[in-house]
Amino acid sequence: MRNKNQTRREFVRNLSVTALAGASLPLFSSCSKEEAEDFLQKHFLEMTEEEKKQVIAKLEQRYLERYGRKFQISTQKALPETLWGYGLELSRCVGCRRCVYACANENNTSRYARQLHWIRVLRLKRGNLINLEDSEHYYAPETVPEKGFIYLPVQCQQCQNPPCVKACPIHATWQEPDGIVVVDYNWCIGCRYCIAACPYKGRVFNWAEPNLPKDEVNPNVHYLGNRPRMKCAVEKCTFCIQRVRAGRYPACVEACPTGSRKFGNLLDPKSEIRYIIERKRVFRLREEINTESKFYYFFES
Amino acid sequence: MERLEGLLKETWHFYKKTLGLVSRGSKIYYAWCFSLLAIIIVGFIFYWEQHEMGLIETNMTDQVSWGLYIANFTYLVGMAAAAVLLVIPSYIYQFKPIKEIVVLGELFAASCMVMAILFVMVDLGRLDRVWHMLPFVGSMNFPASLLAWDVLALNGYLFLNLLIPIYLLVKSYYGKEPNWKFILPFILLSIPWAVGIHTVTAFLYNGLAARPFWNASILAPRFLASAFCSGPAIIIIIFQIIRRVSAIKIEDKALFKVAELIAYSMFLNLFLLGAEIFKEYYSGTVHMASFKYLFEGLHHHNELVPWIWTAMAMNVTAFILFLVPSTRKRLSTLNLGCLLVIVGVWIEKGPGFVIPGFVPDPLGEIYEYVPNLVELMVSFGIWATGLLIFTLLMKVAIPIETGEFSHTEYEKGTYTFKRH
Repeated sequence: MRNKNQTRREFVRNLSVTALAGASLPLFSSCSKEEAEDFLQKHFLEMTEEEKKQVIAKLEQRYLERYGRKFQISTQKALPETLWGYGLELSRCVGCRRCVYACANENNTSRYARQLHWIRVLRLKRGNLINLEDSEHYYAPETVPEKGFIYLPVQCQQCQNPPCVKACPIHATWQEPDGIVVVDYNWCIGCRYCIAACPYKGRVFNWAEPNLPKDEVNPNVHYLGNRPRMKCAVEKCTFCIQRVRAGRYPACVEACPTGSRKFGNLLDPKSEIRYIIERKRVFRLREEINTESKFYYFFES
Repeated sequence: MERLEGLLKETWHFYKKTLGLVSRGSKIYYAWCFSLLAIIIVGFIFYWEQHEMGLIETNMTDQVSWGLYIANFTYLVGMAAAAVLLVIPSYIYQFKPIKEIVVLGELFAASCMVMAILFVMVDLGRLDRVWHMLPFVGSMNFPASLLAWDVLALNGYLFLNLLIPIYLLVKSYYGKEPNWKFILPFILLSIPWAVGIHTVTAFLYNGLAARPFWNASILAPRFLASAFCSGPAIIIIIFQIIRRVSAIKIEDKALFKVAELIAYSMFLNLFLLGAEIFKEYYSGTVHMASFKYLFEGLHHHNELVPWIWTAMAMNVTAFILFLVPSTRKRLSTLNLGCLLVIVGVWIEKGPGFVIPGFVPDPLGEIYEYVPNLVELMVSFGIWATGLLIFTLLMKVAIPIETGEFSHTEYEKGTYTFKRH
C-alpha cells in the first residue's frame, strides 16, 4: 500500500515538475542582454547601500554606452520635514505648453513613436471648469491665448491618498516621505492597473522602447525620477525629484513665462505655497474622489 | 529497486497509453487538433513580435490602456466560474453521471483558467518580471491591491480545478472508489471559490473611483448573472459532443434543466443591466458618457454601438428560446440559443464592458479603440490553446472515467474488478 502511495506521489510530482520546467523555458530564452542582467534586480527599497551603488554603476556604464554621456544618477533621499505642494494660477495660464516641453527635456521622456508627456494642457470653453468632456487636448492655434478659452494644465497631482499606489499589485510605485509618488521602473511589470486607477491621467506608459536622441539627453538624473526608462514600464511626473531634493524648482515652474506655477514645502508656514493656500481661492481637481491631491489650482485674490 | 522498476514501468505505461490515446482518433479529431495547433503557432509568432517590440504592436494607448486581452480575460473568468457552479444543479437534480460532470466541469474550468491567465500574461508589458508577483518571492501588494487578490484567487482556483479532477482520475486509473471524505471538501470549496474569483474580478474594476462606468456596486452581481449564462451554454454544447464521441451517457433531460437555469440567469442579467441603464439615463449625470458611448455613440464616435445592440438582440432572443419549453426542449433551438448566449455575453462583458470604462478617459478625451491584427491573432492563439488543452484532457480523462484506460495490473486481466 505504502509502495503504491509512494509511486503515485512521485508520479504526480514528476509530472508537475516537468510541466513547470516546460512552461518557464520560453521565459528565460527570450531576454535581451540588459533584461537578463536586470532579471534578479531587487526592489529599490529592499536594496542595501552597497547594492544601490552597484546598480548605479551598472546604469552609468549602460547610459554612457548608449548616449555617450557621463550620467550623474542620484539616489538622494527625501529632505526632512518636507511635503511638497504645487500651486497653479489658472487666471494667468495662457496655454503655451512651454511647461510641457520643458518637462520633456528635463525628464528624458520618449520623443517620438510614441511621444510621451507628463503634462497635458486642456483647452476649455469659457463658462466651464469641471466637466472635461468638451476639453480639447490637441489645440494648435497660431498664437495663444485664444479668445473665449481658458487653459487647464494637468499632471500627476501627487495625491496624499494615491489610488495608483493602492492599485499596484507589486509595490512598484509608492509615496516617498516628502509626498512624491515614484515608480521603480525596474520593478514595474507593465500591467497598467495604475493607469486605470488614476483619475487625472497622471501616468503614461512606454508602449515601445523609448526614443531619446543622444543630443537631447539630460544626464543629471535621479534613480526614481528622470533616468532613461525602458519599454513597457509606466512613468509619471515626480515634481522633478532630481531637482527639488537638490533645492531647485521643478522644470515646469522655471519654464512658465507667466509665473502661473508655484511650488514649495507645505510643512513650512513661510513657504509660497502656504501663502497661496491661506490667501487665495484654491481648489483641487476631483476632490470628491478623496485623493487629497497636493496640486492646488487657484485664481488671483 | 523493485519499487523503482515498478514506478518506471507504470510511468512508461501511462505515457505510452496517453500518447496512444491522444494520437489516435477520427479524421475530424485530427483536423480539429491540427487546425488548433496551426492557430496556436500563428498566434505565437504574432505574440513574439509583440514581446520583442513592446505593446506598441497593439492598438492600446494611454487613453484605452486595456483592450481585447483584458476583455477576453474577464469573460473567461466568468466561464471558469460557471463551469464549476454546474456542480450544484448536478447535485440538486441528481444527474446520473455526477462524477463525470464534476470531472468534466472542473477540467473545463481549468482550461478556462489557463486561457484567462495567458490573457493576462500577454497583456503584461514585462513578462520577464512576472516573478515580482509571486507571494513571498516578489512583493505582493496584498491586501491593498485587488489585482494581488485576483492573482491569488485565480491561481488557487486553478489549483483546485486541477487537484480535484486529477485525484478523481488517478483513483479511477487505479480502479478505486475515491475517498469522498478527502475530496468532497475540496469540491465544496471550489463552489464558493468560483463565486469568489468572479467577485474579485468584478471588484478589480468596481473599486476604481476614477472610472464611473465600472464604479457601480451592481457590477459583481451582473458579472455572476452573465457568467451563469455563458458558462452553462458552452457546457451544454460540450456535453453533447462528449456523449456523441464517448461512452458517457448524458440525458437530454439534464441539458434541458441546464438550459432552464440559463433562462433565469439571463433574466437576471438583463434585469440588472436594465437597472443600471435606468439609473444612468434617468439621472443623466456626466457619468452617463460611457453608457452613451456604448449604446448610442458619443460625439460621433460610435464604433461599439452596432456590437452592443447585436449582443442585446442575441441575449433577448436566447432568453426567449430558453424560456419557452418547446424551443428549450428541442436540440436545434437549444443549440442556437447556446451560441447566441456565448457570443452575446462575450460582447457584453468583454469589449462592451472593458472599453467604455476608458471612453471618455478621466480628462474627457475620446480615443476609439479597435483591436488590431496582432491582438486578434494572439487572442485566437490563446483560445486555440485552451481548446486544445481541453480536447487532449478529455481524450485521456474520458477513457479513464469509463474504465478503458487503467493501471497495468487491471489491463493484464490478472485481476478482475467492477467499476463502482
